[in-house]
Amino acid sequence: MSEPVLELSGVAVDYGRRGQRVRALDGVDLTVGRGEIVGLVGESGCGKSTLARAAVGLEPLAAGTVTFEGREVTPLGRRRRPGFLRGLQMVFQDPYESLNPRRKVGELIADGVRLGGGSRAEGGQRAAELLDRVGLPASAADSYPHEFSGGQRQRIAIARTLATRPSCLIADEPISALDASAQAQIANLLSELADDGDLGLVLVSHDLSVVRQVADRVAVMYLGRIVEIGGTGTVWASPRHPYTEALVAAIPRADGAGVLPADLPGDVPDPAHPPSGCRFHPRCPIARDRCRELDQQLAPVAGREIACYVRAGAA
Amino acid sequence: MNPAMTALLQVEGLTVALPTRSGYQKAVDDLSFTVDAGEMMGIAGESGSGKTMTALSLFGLLPPGARVTGSIRLDGTELTRLTAKQLRAIRGRQIAMVSQDPTAALHPILPIGTQLTEHMRYHLGVTKAEALDRAAALLETVRIPDPRQALRSYAGQFSGGMRQRIAIAVALAAEPRLLVADEPTTALDVTVQAGILRLLDRLCRERGMAVIVITHDLGVMSATARRLAVMYAGRLAEAGPTAELLGRPRHPYTRGLLDALPHPEALEAGGAPLVPIAGSPPSLGRVPDGCPFHPRCAYARPSCATSRPEPKPVAEAHLLACPPDPLRAGPGAVS
Amino acid sequence: MRRRLRPVTPVPWRRPLALAGLGVIGAWAVIAVFAPLVAPRNPLAQKFGILLGPSSAHWFGTDELGRDVFSRVLYGARITLPLAVILIVAAMIIGAVLGGIAGFFGGWVDNVLMRVADLVFAFPGIILALAVAAALGPQLRNAVIAVVVVSWPSYARLVRSLVLSARSAQYVVASRLLGSSGLRVLFTDIRPNAAGPVLVLAALDIGNAVLLLSGLSFLGLGAQPPTAEWGAMVAEGAQNFNDWWVGLFPGLAILTVVLAFNFIGDSLRDMLDPRTARAVRLQK
Repeated sequence: MSEPVLELSGVAVDYGRRGQRVRALDGVDLTVGRGEIVGLVGESGCGKSTLARAAVGLEPLAAGTVTFEGREVTPLGRRRRPGFLRGLQMVFQDPYESLNPRRKVGELIADGVRLGGGSRAEGGQRAAELLDRVGLPASAADSYPHEFSGGQRQRIAIARTLATRPSCLIADEPISALDASAQAQIANLLSELADDGDLGLVLVSHDLSVVRQVADRVAVMYLGRIVEIGGTGTVWASPRHPYTEALVAAIPRADGAGVLPADLPGDVPDPAHPPSGCRFHPRCPIARDRCRELDQQLAPVAGREIACYVRAGAA
Repeated sequence: MNPAMTALLQVEGLTVALPTRSGYQKAVDDLSFTVDAGEMMGIAGESGSGKTMTALSLFGLLPPGARVTGSIRLDGTELTRLTAKQLRAIRGRQIAMVSQDPTAALHPILPIGTQLTEHMRYHLGVTKAEALDRAAALLETVRIPDPRQALRSYAGQFSGGMRQRIAIAVALAAEPRLLVADEPTTALDVTVQAGILRLLDRLCRERGMAVIVITHDLGVMSATARRLAVMYAGRLAEAGPTAELLGRPRHPYTRGLLDALPHPEALEAGGAPLVPIAGSPPSLGRVPDGCPFHPRCAYARPSCATSRPEPKPVAEAHLLACPPDPLRAGPGAVS
Repeated sequence: MRRRLRPVTPVPWRRPLALAGLGVIGAWAVIAVFAPLVAPRNPLAQKFGILLGPSSAHWFGTDELGRDVFSRVLYGARITLPLAVILIVAAMIIGAVLGGIAGFFGGWVDNVLMRVADLVFAFPGIILALAVAAALGPQLRNAVIAVVVVSWPSYARLVRSLVLSARSAQYVVASRLLGSSGLRVLFTDIRPNAAGPVLVLAALDIGNAVLLLSGLSFLGLGAQPPTAEWGAMVAEGAQNFNDWWVGLFPGLAILTVVLAFNFIGDSLRDMLDPRTARAVRLQK
């Protein structure tokens, strides 16, 4: 496998809450190769959005490092973002907020070119090319974002990031705010772009079905940790971590069989007071005594990695 | 079994017209369906399908200026002819609603107990003490831990899933016979959703309550609803037993919706792209003539642009608003 | 997803008040430019009868020094209108720059600038303007400076809050990820969004500026005699109360200008109100 384009190592992120520091992400390792699509899934409070933001440099790290093309990603501060990070870009969830409502679409897309030192003419030309690439007419360049639908705006946002010729894109819930048709279209677009442009793509989504369809590898997160990571087919067909099993079993199937999805009892614990040992143990159907004491570590099991001692055979 | 005998809700020829810049436009167009007591029925559709307007019309809560024609009979009572006062007596007591956003459904400042008992005392006329007892029992039914403590707590102290359970409890407070759930789990995580769906199923069975689930998510529909009505641009496209419709969809739109879902089998083929239905649903006032779906339909014929298909029975309790097509009966009908 | 069921943007040319406002300002602008051609008499000439009431010869009568009030009112526009505009533009620029810096850099810069603004806000406008004008000396130019000093903080506050809210907007974050420097974000991304509210404030503030300027002249600190300035003319009118025409007409002139600017400002604000602007964006 070639050099990973993005590498997260032992990444931890805190946020302050009433004087208390809460660890939203705790010791996460992740690599993304060129042309690879890594899906990041998990439910509310798992930290996937925080991970996405940390990967692109929007969150200061409490521990660990993020490396892009071999160089360390420094969090965005007062200063301009360093030029070598131009290839690392983000697609946001809300297409209504991520585009400046008072600027023309063409200008917005050309930004990427002009900030890299390109001339106005080059910017305009590239904008036209990219609009075409994402399936929008060249005439869109003269319009304002509010004249477009959610799906179209998301395409514009994607075109904008493409202007910097990125080698890695982090997409934070890029389709949740869109309606069903647009969701499929944008998911397909991102998949194409990753293939054609040899882009590394991190796709954060709470919609497991879409990630399953589009991602090469998938990482399942729970309460700030990755609990299972491996090839999408492998993880999906035979999940090994109890939480992944619960997730997969909870998805209702549209087959008309009238089967109710399985329930996962309990609630996600407060991140400020995570359970001792394995964070999932209070809700885990196969928890043993040792699970209360031993912290999870990712270990290879059946072709993927899981953070579960019981399943890994070590408990 | 004669449907008219057990049908709790009978909707016939319901048409809702809303005022727009270009005059009155139909958000719901000649919709008919029935719901039996103790049954879970689903109404499926995307944005603009008219499903929410249908729900609102059951409660008489349409936007001002809306014109309703047709009949909505709840246990024999014609809802469209009731006065505001009579409707208020019905809302909550006979029919109740749970919507998508549990945060909006619960009062942020009143304690949960007050929100629950308020309804009970208005509709059932019980004393405060008795109402609190009933409220605690309700919270237990919806599996809220430590119900007595919860009665004293506030909405903001609960998670999204819990709040939706509480919202359901509030809806159940006056023991309605019909519960309308409009996208009840769309905003929730998938494991939380599973819990809510199981809850709705249990409530339906244990209380003999009829439930209408309105959602665009066919998976949710498949898990809960025994019968299903698919709506498009305000009109009924297909209706019948869920197993039939999802297992062997006949309407091209239903077909398209199912095809747009990720396929379990396609995974090995290097992740085949999702197949969305081309185009997007028409907005209010821009509904095409003839069959509203024809511009996006892979099987459209010239007659589809001019003649409007009426729902016709094609099998046991299965209605289809699409003219029979020998070409389609072949490959299209096999799933 | 909502459906808007009424015409969305209240188009300015359909709002009668804003139209009237524009008309009035337009008329005064023309008068200001062409006063020498339009005014029947020399505004400084003191040769007509003293305190003559309105007549066909002197439409607004004459004042206590025998000057034609009508001509003086017309000439007054040449002072008040341009000065008010210049004044507001100056306050707007100063305020916007300072507010932008405060909002963008935060920290002690923000603190210092905002405390200075607070200091200005602590005094009623006319009192502070009075103090500044008196300190600088009774001259029209100093009155203008005084009003600018009093007006800039409103713009600073407004721009600062706009910048603060824009800073965390996703489109700004997206811009910074692309490599935009802070300054570029300020000018390219934030400015188009800030321009609207600032202009609305300016439009509504011009009326205020006119009042302050006239007020200072009224108190003897602005335009000096024999300059024909509306505020100063109203002061003379106050001394000749029984000869009502001396003070009334310049007063009416001030009134029409202030009202006109207020109508325009109101209409601008409605146009830029996020709710009405939003209504344009929500299509389905």
